[in-house]
Amino acid sequence: MSPDIERPGNIERPGNIERPASIERLGNIERHDYDVVVIGAGGAGLRAAIEARAQGKRTAIISKSLFGKAHTVMAEGGCAAAMGNVNSNDSWMVHYRDTMRGGKFLNNWRMAELHAREAPDRVWELETYGALFDRTPDGRISQRNFGGHTYPRLAHVGDRTGLELIRTLQQKIVSLQQEDYRETGDYDSNIRVFHECTITDLFVSEGRVAGAFAYYRGTGDFVRFDAPAVVLATGGVGKSYQVTSNSWEYTGDGHALALRAGATLINMEFLQFHPTGMVWPPSVKGILVTESVRGDGGVLRNSEGKRFMFEYIPDVFKEQYATSEEEGDRWYADQENNRRPPELLPRDEVARAINSEVKAGRGSPHGGVFLDIASRLKPDEIQKRLPSMYHQFKELADVDITQEAMEVGPTCHYVMGGVEVDPDTAMSKVPGLFSAGECSGGMHGSNRLGGNSLSDLLVFGRRAGAGAAAYVNGLGGVRAAVAIDDVTEAQKRALLPFSSATEGGENPFVVHLELQKTMNDLVGIIRKADEMELALKALQDIAVRARTVSVAGRREFNPGWHLALDLRNMLLVSLCVAKAALERRESRGGHTRDDYPVMDSDWRHVLLVLSALGEDNVNLVRQEQLPMRPELFDLFELDELKNYYTGEELGGHRADASGSDKGDKL
Amino acid sequence: MSYDARFRVWRGDDEKGELVDYPVEVNEGEVVLDIIHRLQQTQAQDLAVRWNCKAGKCGSCSAEINGRPRLMCMTRMSTFTETETITVTPLRTFPVIRDLVTDVSFNYTKAREIPSFAPPPDLEPGDYRMAQVDVERSQEFRKCIECFLCQDICHVVRDHEENKESFAGPRYLMRIAELDMHPLDVADRQKEAQEEHGLGMCNITKCCTEVCPEHIKITDNALIPLKERVVDRKYDPLVWLGSKIFKRPGA
Repeated sequence: MSPDIERPGNIERPGNIERPASIERLGNIERHDYDVVVIGAGGAGLRAAIEARAQGKRTAIISKSLFGKAHTVMAEGGCAAAMGNVNSNDSWMVHYRDTMRGGKFLNNWRMAELHAREAPDRVWELETYGALFDRTPDGRISQRNFGGHTYPRLAHVGDRTGLELIRTLQQKIVSLQQEDYRETGDYDSNIRVFHECTITDLFVSEGRVAGAFAYYRGTGDFVRFDAPAVVLATGGVGKSYQVTSNSWEYTGDGHALALRAGATLINMEFLQFHPTGMVWPPSVKGILVTESVRGDGGVLRNSEGKRFMFEYIPDVFKEQYATSEEEGDRWYADQENNRRPPELLPRDEVARAINSEVKAGRGSPHGGVFLDIASRLKPDEIQKRLPSMYHQFKELADVDITQEAMEVGPTCHYVMGGVEVDPDTAMSKVPGLFSAGECSGGMHGSNRLGGNSLSDLLVFGRRAGAGAAAYVNGLGGVRAAVAIDDVTEAQKRALLPFSSATEGGENPFVVHLELQKTMNDLVGIIRKADEMELALKALQDIAVRARTVSVAGRREFNPGWHLALDLRNMLLVSLCVAKAALERRESRGGHTRDDYPVMDSDWRHVLLVLSALGEDNVNLVRQEQLPMRPELFDLFELDELKNYYTGEELGGHRADASGSDKGDKL
Repeated sequence: MSYDARFRVWRGDDEKGELVDYPVEVNEGEVVLDIIHRLQQTQAQDLAVRWNCKAGKCGSCSAEINGRPRLMCMTRMSTFTETETITVTPLRTFPVIRDLVTDVSFNYTKAREIPSFAPPPDLEPGDYRMAQVDVERSQEFRKCIECFLCQDICHVVRDHEENKESFAGPRYLMRIAELDMHPLDVADRQKEAQEEHGLGMCNITKCCTEVCPEHIKITDNALIPLKERVVDRKYDPLVWLGSKIFKRPGA
């Protein structure tokens, strides 16, 4: 290849965005009418769109990045579904129990139930779309072990399961478009992807959803979507933190849009810090090292070479985990007769343990601990089972994981909190506004199990798509109209960073870094009241500065402008996290208080619900969690429930009533 | 540990533009994308760049670095000397939107033209049975992160705008091979690969394989076997005879 860097002259742009004739122009704002608008093109968004289209709804998918690049590609380990292909003892009930345990019983139990029951069908369905999962010897979908899952349960493709999922859904959408093309001559007639397009506001009229406002990243042009149903599937909030496995897209857009539209968020104090992120080199700090490394035999050691996780098995898990290295090692070959090694404890436990080891001065040279697979598996076996991890360390850190240990430490990975929704339909408090995937809350309680995210996307993506379709049917053609004033207002707000420029406003990148540092240092893995109070003050200050950030340049693909608009969402969401974290005076799952270090049963049934209070503030109220349905409650042994529930809550359990059998006739 | 590097970055749109020189700080362990981000944060707030995962998994940050198509997030600064000028330009095969961002819609158009997976009509979900050894061939191609570096380097379209209409490019010819090798796919794809998607235009120079960040053997494992299947069929005397004798009306 010659280093020929001259650009060829004018090339005609072949694919210059085609605009169908049906578009009306309002001023200079492009307008589209749809039945369902799905915001987000990750697993949940695409699955929702497939469902809405399948139910005959004209559907738009709005994606901040290119089609097929969503953060779902980063998921590595797999998709949890109790298919029982590797161990036939598995069932939805076992999966349900694992999920509730992982979430420390704060989960919305109905969501956890639907998830466990429906996940296998959602995975099998992907095969009909063309997915190629790794196989068992008898040709079925293979399943792997993962933290917190009793049996091998994760359908996977090496360590690139998320890529398989997103590509499969993307290709399914293309196949639907091809069907439409054969019928109508237009690929986009029933389902259209608007990529590199960011939603900045939702329109609500007469108390229900009426549409959304967006800009094209490439041109900076505005566009409005008029639709009676909107599905939020925008993922998480990690970009408010300095060390995160999340991409730039994770700015809490769905969370913030929902709040401003009048919906509520729950569980925002619960953030999952994945125990194993890369810690070196600095530029990749936070990038994920898949849990499969541990599932396949990798162990954690401190600077003294000790497998320290044996010291950190909490009482509630004492029964399920090995107490000696010998037993833990035997488990990989014989899971019936041995307990699993503590490296496979739920993520919150492992993250806290690593944090403690580093604080005690037993960390690795770059402030993490060692994750060792090199001494546990043969080099060719490592390359086969963990190809993209091998690749990632080789290319990014110049470390050969078949020869030496990795250095890892906790990284902000997942937000358990999100939009409060009806479990069955995925609808929020606002009629017509739905939410699925990471940006909805409840399903995972205080802590998500690895592998439960991809299955969550599929199960609730489908439910949100179906919910939106049913809602639109129920309207009988009567749709709320978008108020013109709202459009003008949205446009003004989006252009504000340009007008601030003349007043010498601040650099959005600088403000963003400050926000990330504040959240990382003051509302991180281990939290204290005084630090969080400081954080709330700092956030107030940052909010004032964020209002005057200014950007230079033009509207075409201007990253400074994009960030300035995303900042508004990150700030509001950070405020929710800090407020809820200060309020919850206990430690549970993804919320650890230095000043309230133990789990408190009186807090288990309490949800912290947030709603917007003007532009920069949020209101917090406590809400009681609905008690679990009796037959689900009876799936657990009373002794286990005693670890989580208060005495009076246990009254309804089968062990209380004489003669009742186990709840396994479900 | 840190030093000032000389970066030369393309600034402009599809009408005009120029290479702009930037002196910029580089720290240990950084990749080219880190330096581009530093430029944004310090000197060129409106420098357009497309990126997502920063871990080589999403294929968004494709560009040409010193003329070679690469992912910016996977190009370590330690592979250059401290005195070297590092030139970063947008993918040449696609029109520039702004700075390092190109209009890659050519690829999405081509993706739609490849017929989708065709499952056996009576096979129920959950009843799919495939051997690991059989899925592995297609799995290699499904590692593709759609960075479009192969589409960018392929000489059939790189400086030949006129070929874009009739040539799907390595990524999408590989997609046909992937479906053709899928153990359960029932569609007949070989003739179409040759006649509709331009398989014959590929003359196996392996440039696509060379630039693939996923190290997929595009030429050896996808394109050549697909060509062989097409050729076998076209020149197999029995198949030829069969097609003459049993020619159906309208076929």
